[in-house]
Amino acid sequence: MADQALDGAASRPLLSLRNVNMTFGGVKALKNVSFEVLPGEVHCMAGENGSGKSTLIKVITGVYKPEAGAVINYDGQSYSHMSPVAAQAGGIQVIWQDLALFPEMTVAENIAFQTVIGRWPRLVNYAEMRRVATNALQRLGVTLDVDLALNHFPIAQRQIVAIARALVGQAKLVFMDEPTASLTQSETDYLLDIVRNLSASGVAVVFVSHRLAEVLEISSRVTVLRDGGLVGVYPTKGLTQSRITELMTGKTFGYSVLRRDLGTSPVMLEVKGLSRPGEFQDVSLTVRRGETLGITGLLGAGRTELALTLFGMRKPKSGSVVLDGNPVRFSSNRDAIAAGVAYLSEDRLSLGLIQPQAIADNMVIASLDKILSRGFISSDRKRSLVNRWIGDLGVKIGKQDDAISTLSGGNQQRVAIAKWLATDPKLLILDAPTVGVDVGARAGIFDIVSKLADSGLAIILISDEVPEVYFNADRVLHMAQGRIVGEYAPGATTLQTIEEAVYA
Amino acid sequence: MTVLIDRARNALGPELAGPLAAFAVVMVVFGIAAPNFLSRATFGSVAFQLPELGLLTLAMLLPILTGGLNLAITFTANMAGLTLAWVLQSQGGVDAGIGAFVLGSVLAVAVGALSGLIMGLVIAHTKAHPILVSLSMMIFLRGLGEFLTRGGDVSGIPGFLARIGYSSIFGIPVPLLIFIASVLVWHLLLTRMKLGFNTYMIGSNIEATRYSGINTRKVQILVYTLSGAMCAVAGIIMLARFNSVRVGHGESYLLITVLACFLGGVNPFGGFGRVIPVFVALVVLQLLSSGLNLMGANQHLATAVWGILMITVMILRWLAGRLKFLNTNRG
Repeated sequence: MADQALDGAASRPLLSLRNVNMTFGGVKALKNVSFEVLPGEVHCMAGENGSGKSTLIKVITGVYKPEAGAVINYDGQSYSHMSPVAAQAGGIQVIWQDLALFPEMTVAENIAFQTVIGRWPRLVNYAEMRRVATNALQRLGVTLDVDLALNHFPIAQRQIVAIARALVGQAKLVFMDEPTASLTQSETDYLLDIVRNLSASGVAVVFVSHRLAEVLEISSRVTVLRDGGLVGVYPTKGLTQSRITELMTGKTFGYSVLRRDLGTSPVMLEVKGLSRPGEFQDVSLTVRRGETLGITGLLGAGRTELALTLFGMRKPKSGSVVLDGNPVRFSSNRDAIAAGVAYLSEDRLSLGLIQPQAIADNMVIASLDKILSRGFISSDRKRSLVNRWIGDLGVKIGKQDDAISTLSGGNQQRVAIAKWLATDPKLLILDAPTVGVDVGARAGIFDIVSKLADSGLAIILISDEVPEVYFNADRVLHMAQGRIVGEYAPGATTLQTIEEAVYA
Repeated sequence: MTVLIDRARNALGPELAGPLAAFAVVMVVFGIAAPNFLSRATFGSVAFQLPELGLLTLAMLLPILTGGLNLAITFTANMAGLTLAWVLQSQGGVDAGIGAFVLGSVLAVAVGALSGLIMGLVIAHTKAHPILVSLSMMIFLRGLGEFLTRGGDVSGIPGFLARIGYSSIFGIPVPLLIFIASVLVWHLLLTRMKLGFNTYMIGSNIEATRYSGINTRKVQILVYTLSGAMCAVAGIIMLARFNSVRVGHGESYLLITVLACFLGGVNPFGGFGRVIPVFVALVVLQLLSSGLNLMGANQHLATAVWGILMITVMILRWLAGRLKFLNTNRG
């Protein structure tokens, strides 16, 4: 471990694990993993889904007992395994992605409820709760009305409430699981500031994140896991996003911008002066056959609202839409689908796919008429349609009748794309198609997108991650506050220029 | 052999295991405990009692699959029965002809469908909770029915209708035939038709279904309309069997239909459930009550045993789920 000695190496590690092994049902979830956190350090744990990050956190917090041979040192004490009680008492706190808060209760109750539980007399001391909550928020440098119910606050503030609750437990080591997954850029910046404050006050923070930009910004060291094994521990200085991706996936990705000649390709979609007050104004754009048009911008810029309007789920107040030469005015998304528009929702879990239902059913739901035979659903046609798409898009599934929720994010997204391709669209709108998809699987999704464009489909690719549109679209539109404020050709602009414009 | 079993299981769905096991247990236990259980008489009584509860259960099934409920089923059935009875009365009462019966039945089904249509429209457009909407409809129909009948019976039914209620074709009672036909129609609807497919999808996630280009309002409206029409079929059978209609008749079936659905493996939150297991569950419930009857037990005790059966099934399902969980964990 000497070669990993770094800037802060003088201090003894707050936590160190060695020889950690875990097996679930014959699958090795952790293979001989070591892990180390210094006091007050911001440490990043990087790895794809299934790489063992959550399992490792659960070993550290005592939820799982590692196999014999593991050595855990925490805060000067040695353990063969942790127990939840010891972890809690020692000041180890985890903020899971779902936050585990009570939306209907007040901020004070959410932050301080653990301090008043089980204490005698069994009465709730609200003044005490408010005081505890206010103190915890002050340590983070935040002021919130502690008497308001949590559901009054946006997700970023809830995140902070969850952190404040962790601090009440006298935390020394805080794990944050994908804390920025649902935050906008400015909210993320705000959160990262808080993490820095926390670290400065001596609390060690382990950051688990898919978003590599943040990883580079916030942490001093990165531990990379892959397939349950330790890839290595790296100082953040000198790492790049693509290097971390390589380490996480074990693959090298060649990034290059698209150079397709679309000059003579006919226009598939022409939008002029489209407006919906309060959502977007005066949007004009064109997409040619075989072209991928990228739209980027912060959350709340009106990207999804624009997409939903093109998909017929919202009605524009003014402006015109011409699809494949025909002026269109949709009264529902059924009209849009019939006319050849498909929309892949940004929210795969609750809007894009019907999670409890079968893979096959999710794939055919938008194109049921194609599998009818004399008015009845033909199970043969259904099976062959599903098999065709599973083959074409390389979806890895167990059985067609398994619930879609059993698939990984990347495979779910492939099913969602297949569902729309089955409707024979002319225009495919992909809204944040890589949310919740592993870095390795993202490349696979974009391979598909690229092939679809080559086959003549017009594609609108919406993403708040600028590199995604930069490397996968022929043109990039920048949307801010409901307006299109910039247009870039990736071949003629640097990524940095666009990023600066968007994140400014 | 195992291939055949697997095939059968795939065709009928995993929900069938529970009801079939319950069926086997009931047959064995009563076969031993009550020597005259395995007789024509038992099956005769089951065959005559099954259709009313069964048809109402079918009416309950569709809304439950969408994640809703139809609490108005029994009063919708009463209302449809009253419609038929009035038509028969106005056409000569006991002397009414077959034409009057056909006209009355058509009107009865229309009344039932109308009750469902109104609920469906309200639920689909206001997004009000189906429990509240159907509860309101139930109270409305009950009040209206009691007002119109002054709380009494409407009788004076032609003899041929009563004979239909008690006659058999090839040894199978006519009401049972109607029930079995309805089961098959529902089975076909749910497994092979777009409406059935969409019913399941809506039950799991109505917004995601709407985003997929399904007219979810239309599906909800159709589901409640069909539910109401099926209530009317039950109402007609009830009229034929009892020779009269009274508002409130069959009221106690309401919650039993919900339980029969769950015993048949229907997911209480919607999205999952099949007709055939529900049919088997209904047979089990009837066998149970007939068996207890044969042993000389009180009818009320039979109801209590139904309750115990349900609770046992819930616990067994939980145990089975745990076993499955342990097995997959051990790989």
